[in-house]
Amino acid sequence: MNWLAFISIISAALAVSFGAIGPALAEGRAVAAAMDAIARQPEAANIIARTLFVGLAMIETMAIYCLVIALLLLFANPLLK
Amino acid sequence: MTSPLESVALFHLGPVPITVGVVVTWAIMAVLVLGSILVTRRLSLMPSAAQAAIELIVDTVDAQIRATMRVEPAPYRAFVGTLFVFIFVANWSSLVPGVEPPTAHIETDTALALLVFAAVIWFGVRAGGVRGYLATFASPNPIMIPLNFVESLTRTFSLLVRLFGNVMSGVFVIGIVLSLAGLLVPIPLMALDLLTGAVQAYIFAILAMVFIAGAVSEKNIPASDTPSQRTLP
Repeated sequence: MNWLAFISIISAALAVSFGAIGPALAEGRAVAAAMDAIARQPEAANIIARTLFVGLAMIETMAIYCLVIALLLLFANPLLK
Repeated sequence: MTSPLESVALFHLGPVPITVGVVVTWAIMAVLVLGSILVTRRLSLMPSAAQAAIELIVDTVDAQIRATMRVEPAPYRAFVGTLFVFIFVANWSSLVPGVEPPTAHIETDTALALLVFAAVIWFGVRAGGVRGYLATFASPNPIMIPLNFVESLTRTFSLLVRLFGNVMSGVFVIGIVLSLAGLLVPIPLMALDLLTGAVQAYIFAILAMVFIAGAVSEKNIPASDTPSQRTLP
């Protein structure tokens, strides 16, 4: 195994691990805020839940981007061809 | 381990390679179309069980369109509803043993995202004419034109990557766990995968609605709760 493959594997792991930190914190904050809002205003729970789901999907996309970068590094790395 | 980014050609139709995902897509399309034809052939005022189920789906789609786009759902029901039902069935097709969801391949998701991209232009031009549609790029002011233009491309890309990443990662993780552990271990992950699949189908449809609403009714809705303000990907 040459050092290019070695670095690719390390950076794929780095991309996923660091890419998961931000979205995890953000999703936690979003869910906490939604819980707070539902506790204050239970009759608006439907709208809040819908917006929360869409927002969570948006936030999650950042982690998914990192996952796709990692997969590109591992499976479709142009430097290793 | 096989790469999740490439798919194997099953057979060739002339010069066009046909992959497993395409065949599964055809099967899902056939099931949906035949099912719809069979159920809607004899509609009655006293609905049968199947008709009641279909009416429930249509009613739910209508309610979601009304709540998200704040317009009458009739022009958008067919597109948004088909999008939702197809992605839902495609994500849950992993319930059938041996079938991999076609949405776990990047080509199917690309096709769906391009459909949404084209539908935004189509509905926007139909609502406001070419000039009116192009004017939505210059709102709130002309400085935003490059940004709005780039956004219309990147949100299509993020739509594609979101669906692909979620479904593919579910399939991938189940494959890894199945190769490491035994028979019954991946079942909780599969249940989680079903939940993710349903939520992603819902979100894809919601985002398609939000994008279309942003192109269609930018000026009819008060600025405080314009749906397009929730769209930044």
